[in-house]
Amino acid sequence: MAKKRKPKLAVWKFASCDGCQLSLLDCEDELLAITDHIEIAYFPEATRAVVKGPYDLSLVEGSITTPHDAERVHQVRRSSKFLVTIGACATAGGIQALRNFKDVNTYITAVYPTPQFIETLNKSTPIADHVFVDFQLRGCPISKFQLLELFNAYLNGRKPNIPQYSVCIECKRKGTTCVMVAQGIPCLGPVTQAGCDAICPSFERGCYGCFGPKETPNTHSLAERFHVLGEKEDDIVRFFRGYNSYAEPFQRESIAHEKKSQV
Amino acid sequence: MAHQVRLTLDALQSLIDELQSREYIVIGPKIENRKVVYDEIAKIDDLPAGWSDEQEAATYRLHKTGSPALFDITHSMNAWIHHLYPSKATLLKASRENSGFTVERMKEAPPKYALFGIRPCDLEAMKKYDRILLKDTFHDEIYKNRREKTFIISANCTRPSGTCFCASMDSGPKATSGYDLALTEIIRDGDHYFIADIGSESAQELINKIPQAEASADDIAYANSLIEKAREQMGRTLNTGNLKEILYKNYENTHWDTVGDRCLTCGNCTLVCPTCFCTTIQDYTDLTGSNVERIRQWDSCYNNEFSYIHGGSVRTSSYARYRHWLMHKLATYHDQFDTSGCVGCGRCITWCPAAIDITEEASAIRQHSITV
Ligand code: SF4
Ligand code: SF4
Ligand code: SF4
Ligand code: SF4
Ligand code: SF4
Repeated sequence: MAKKRKPKLAVWKFASCDGCQLSLLDCEDELLAITDHIEIAYFPEATRAVVKGPYDLSLVEGSITTPHDAERVHQVRRSSKFLVTIGACATAGGIQALRNFKDVNTYITAVYPTPQFIETLNKSTPIADHVFVDFQLRGCPISKFQLLELFNAYLNGRKPNIPQYSVCIECKRKGTTCVMVAQGIPCLGPVTQAGCDAICPSFERGCYGCFGPKETPNTHSLAERFHVLGEKEDDIVRFFRGYNSYAEPFQRESIAHEKKSQV
Repeated sequence: MAHQVRLTLDALQSLIDELQSREYIVIGPKIENRKVVYDEIAKIDDLPAGWSDEQEAATYRLHKTGSPALFDITHSMNAWIHHLYPSKATLLKASRENSGFTVERMKEAPPKYALFGIRPCDLEAMKKYDRILLKDTFHDEIYKNRREKTFIISANCTRPSGTCFCASMDSGPKATSGYDLALTEIIRDGDHYFIADIGSESAQELINKIPQAEASADDIAYANSLIEKAREQMGRTLNTGNLKEILYKNYENTHWDTVGDRCLTCGNCTLVCPTCFCTTIQDYTDLTGSNVERIRQWDSCYNNEFSYIHGGSVRTSSYARYRHWLMHKLATYHDQFDTSGCVGCGRCITWCPAAIDITEEASAIRQHSITV
């Protein structure tokens, strides 16, 4: 069999903490096997050597927060055949999207001594608000297993086995006792997409919603339950204002409770 | 009448010892991190003596009672299905070889379980699993091999939980068949003992090995009276009269919207239900593309992808998914398997994070039936 040209991989960074890129480096055991099949062509976090584009597969980390990045993301798209966003920042705007709910200028003046040097957009937005995205890997950070599955599926020309159902499904398969039912701890698992293997409930914590909204999330009904568990309107605002606060269903739910908390 | 014996606590320990010497992995309820799990126990002391549970819709709490009773806790969140029908299993592996490929079907050395303290409702659920996974043209290898080896020590219920309604479903609180041993716990006049009903030859053979006495007529009557009291104290009831027909007439009832508005489509109710059996099968290649594993995992009809056919999912709304689930439990299961899809264990009520109650929903449909 003729040796196929290895597909070229590029890893791009926008506004983010680099944690998702680290998940790739964290694939220690599998990293060599990956490089057998994929050429790491552009990955500044790992190597300074740069292979010129275009690239077959681009992983994009981070959200768009500056006018410069809003331009740059189009160049990334143009030089990528297949573009996958990785992590909550790139897919939903990240924790930095909390500013979308406030006037960003109040932060700038509060934080920086010379605010006139700061050039930033009013909102932190996901990549898909700017360019076409072929696939999204959720999570804060992404799951190493899902990243490998993505490579795997990409190399073999198949759809990745990445489910969109709730965290509860993984929680129950593991047999973890439900923290919400047995301990009265609010948990976002019923409205959050699986992928983390229900790690928080396994450690007796409620899910924080790192993987963002599941398919058809009923945030309104879950918020009702949070009320029954004794949470106040502004607590509920905070539950939905985490890493995926700007994802539409979470955004809508938090705004609804913010309005109620103000009356 | 079946043969019944009286066992002391020590005899129960001997029973566990005997099972272990026959290489059984004994599974029973125990407390771990202040929670009940149904998992391997080494000795009688592992059982949750002195603990009891309170179950209500979306609520499960444990408390200490001070009583020496081993079986005051009704049933744990996880049923025996975790052991006999694991939530994740590799079915086959295949590899490319030259111009073709080879397929290796996975064959496990099935673990040999003794299920200790399983409740009558769960026993009835197992009969449904037997009906579905063993009786037809296709049987399930994993379930079959594990099931055949399983030894069952059932515990009759003398205290139902707040969400139990087995009495309505004719599946408890007393085990009627399908067990090797069925225990009833008695604490009377400072005495703590068990009446054991012997249901199989292998159980008789085991019993002969441990200290025991013939149960007196009085003991048997007392045990039955405790179970009868439990029957009257069910936390929930479900009127099953004509229910299937009523449900079939009510596909378009607007009440489904009301419950759909609350349902989170999280799938918890299906994954705690001892009669749910749905799975999804996926193939995972490796990076080389030369090896593949076929993995089966528990699935739920509350997942959007569950009803995916060419062009999209059939049941996208939460009301349609809830309706499908309740219909399967209380109506279509009858047509499929000649039995109800519900044993009234109440787990779906307790473990629904939105506190949705199958008995309430079914009776709401009955009350607001479109055409009676
Ligand atoms: S602990 Fe959270 S994720 Fe797990 S079943 Fe309960 S609600 Fe769902
Ligand atoms: S209720 Fe749903 S998950 Fe359960 S057996 Fe029926 S279709 Fe399957
Ligand atoms: S439907 Fe609910 S009550 Fe009926 S068997 Fe399943 S979990 Fe138990
Ligand atoms: S449903 Fe019946 S058999 Fe099952 S635990 Fe409750 S009382 Fe016992
Ligand atoms: S009925 Fe309850 S447990 Fe079942 S999917 Fe709906 S919210 Fe989840």
